[in-house]
Amino acid sequence: MARPEPVQQVKRRRDLALKTLVDSVPYAGFLGINFERHGDELTAVLPYDEKLIGNPVLPALHGGVIASFLEVTAIIELSWAMLWDEVETGRLTPEAMAANLPRLPKTIDFTVDYLRTGLPRDGYARAQVNRSGRRYASVHVEAWQDNRARLFAQATGHFLMPPRGNG
Amino acid sequence: MVGNSPQDFIEALPFARALGMRLEEIGDGKARISMDWDPRFVGDPATGVIHGGAVSALMDTCGGAAVMSYPGALTTATIDLRIDYMRAAKPGQRITAEAECYHVTRRVAFVRATAHDEDSANPVATAAGAFTFDRKEGH
Repeated sequence: MARPEPVQQVKRRRDLALKTLVDSVPYAGFLGINFERHGDELTAVLPYDEKLIGNPVLPALHGGVIASFLEVTAIIELSWAMLWDEVETGRLTPEAMAANLPRLPKTIDFTVDYLRTGLPRDGYARAQVNRSGRRYASVHVEAWQDNRARLFAQATGHFLMPPRGNG
Repeated sequence: MVGNSPQDFIEALPFARALGMRLEEIGDGKARISMDWDPRFVGDPATGVIHGGAVSALMDTCGGAAVMSYPGALTTATIDLRIDYMRAAKPGQRITAEAECYHVTRRVAFVRATAHDEDSANPVATAAGAFTFDRKEGH
């Protein structure tokens, strides 16, 4: 039996693949969104920044920032789930990914529920792919700030999957 | 989104300013706001198409502005917003959103909105949302 791949090598490959994916989306960088990874599980982080404010009186995060954060999280999660097997088996290396960026899912519709005011501090989000077929996918996203159980927003979206098979 | 008066709407919202939004027209429950294409707002680098989230932000701001311009409005915040994406916005073209607050109850405002690029006959996206509605005294 072959020896298992060294842990550092596994982590390096996964982290590099994730970084390549996230860095390829300019708007995620514009908002300052980054992703933490544990195994295949992703948590999106939106570090607080003054430009993200919508209501300077309260102050509160702009609704558009919240919608954007949720949609970026949904698309990255869906793409990550789509690429995971290929990255794990080595069929897709981070280097090949960077050279030929994967096509991303396209949003068909996206519905955001604003549950609480977005406070002027960091936000977190996790997406769950509820159904992912060859053509269509349905994704649910939850976002919170201080307490995981007290969501400040959630969203459901439908996506058109890119054609796959040639990397 | 949340706001206090329609006039200084855009300038008072740091994120609307960050996206370079321009208030084109506002009044009587209707608003038109536009946003230039910018490489920083791109969602898919393979196509150069603006990220849906940026279009959402434009629609949300425009919806909030429409509510704020409804007679008697004092403050508002988005309860929910659904966006349907009809087609990709053309890279390089300005996106314009038009929102209408078509019904209000004592505490809720209902809004619909459309966004288009320089081809105004074919919408890029449509939206429907509910917003909170706080009235000025006497309204």
